[in-house]
Amino acid sequence: MNKKLLSGPYLMWMIGFILIPLALIVFYGLTDKSGAFTLSNVLSISTEEHAKALWLSLGLSLLSTVLCLLLAYPLAMILRTRGMGQGSFIVFIFILPMWMNFLLRTLAWQTLLEKNGVINGILSTLHLPNQGLINTPGAIILGMVYNFLPFMVLPIYNVLMKIDDNVVNAARDLGANSLQVLIRILLPLSIPGIVSGITMVFVPALTTFVISNILGGSKILLIGNVIEQEFTKGSNWNLGSGLSLVLMIFILISMALIAKYDKNGEGTVL
Amino acid sequence: MINRKTAFIKRFIQDFYLVLIVVFLYAPIATMTVLSFNNSKSRTQWGGFTTKWYTELFSSSTIMDALYTTLLIAFVSSLIAVIIGTAAAIAINSMKPFPRSLLMGITNIPMLNADIVTGISLMLAFIAFGISLGFKTILIAHITFNIPYVILSVMPKLKQTDKSTYEAAMDLGATSVSAFFKVVFPDILPGVLSGFLLAFTMSLDDFIITHFTKGAGINTLSTLIYSEVRRGIKPSMYALSTIIFLTVLVLLLITNFAPKRKK
Repeated sequence: MNKKLLSGPYLMWMIGFILIPLALIVFYGLTDKSGAFTLSNVLSISTEEHAKALWLSLGLSLLSTVLCLLLAYPLAMILRTRGMGQGSFIVFIFILPMWMNFLLRTLAWQTLLEKNGVINGILSTLHLPNQGLINTPGAIILGMVYNFLPFMVLPIYNVLMKIDDNVVNAARDLGANSLQVLIRILLPLSIPGIVSGITMVFVPALTTFVISNILGGSKILLIGNVIEQEFTKGSNWNLGSGLSLVLMIFILISMALIAKYDKNGEGTVL
Repeated sequence: MINRKTAFIKRFIQDFYLVLIVVFLYAPIATMTVLSFNNSKSRTQWGGFTTKWYTELFSSSTIMDALYTTLLIAFVSSLIAVIIGTAAAIAINSMKPFPRSLLMGITNIPMLNADIVTGISLMLAFIAFGISLGFKTILIAHITFNIPYVILSVMPKLKQTDKSTYEAAMDLGATSVSAFFKVVFPDILPGVLSGFLLAFTMSLDDFIITHFTKGAGINTLSTLIYSEVRRGIKPSMYALSTIIFLTVLVLLLITNFAPKRKK
């Protein structure tokens, strides 16, 4: 009985700073400035400007997620076949950039991509024409893939390392070739990791305003930029909250996917 | 012979792929490190080796203030999160399945939710509670997203501890507090420490939540970098980046490769 009291401070903290704040977003999102109930904040997602931002965000974040998956799965497979264990330094190398300051990682790409940046500098020493790399959707995708790749590698690697070698050997003894082992054994068994990797890349990519701001310039607006501006510049909190509610639908879908495919938390980072 | 050849080619392709990804991950960071020692302000020309950007960095009071704020917030928020989180983990561990999964569900919210939503929601709450945005609100926000990392680090260690040792200590006359600190705590200490370091790193790294909860007139390194980036990057930012990268590297090497106590 005594022990349960220890959760008191935690409960109070979580109610005060997690649950009430979330309730406030719902409240602001569903009311107008005078406090009367309205759906107009949420429905404003269908206005041309907001819908465009949402579709662009969805498109760019989906594409980045797919690219991360395509890059990360072979990487995790190689780490597995090489028998590099959890404590291995090689694995550490691939996880380390995840902990590097997020803004500095994005800043690095700005340095490389800018008009008078490093890549264009190299191009001009080679007497090649300069490229307009920055402020394009491509630059944003690059920034997303770069920033979030480790979040895809880690859960997939964790799950792949848990697969018993005997399962793979048994499939081979029964005549399966490498492709069949991959499709019928490894892929199905690594779904928890894949799903958790997908959500760990997709959610931050969908909601980012930093990457689009630094690498996309002011012309490319993602839904994250729209919301951020409502809170810092436009100060229409009701509209910002309403749009956040729309975003939360996608976050909830991700959570539901995790709950369905990764019941034991196998793919979690910790 | 043919088999050995294909195995060799396979290994070569694999190595090549690993190297390619390492280059992709580290080339931008390495570029910034090189530029931090570049005497010329240009990003494309090497003007000779210099450490003047580091001198500039350390003599800038805004950057040093931001560094101090960042470290102070990281340290205090991790410490408070460790105390609240460890206590909560002990309580949750002794609960029945239903309240336990309910609490773990709440714990997962800040980890799974998008940072922008967490940041906005906290900002709305601070204003609703009448707490003016500043140092205090950044601290509260950081404690909030740090607690789950502590709980998730301590829980596995708690599950490994043997209940009977605690009970034995009680039978031998220890009070529950001294039984906890003499028997249970040494067992879960590695989890508590890794929770602290994890929380510390998360706090150092956070930008989005701080951005919404900081108010005017106060900066952490992240928010300072953000405002600098929009004004055009100064080479001292590259120096800062190099220092932060090395710090993170050392911190993570310690947490990952420090000799672990064997059971």
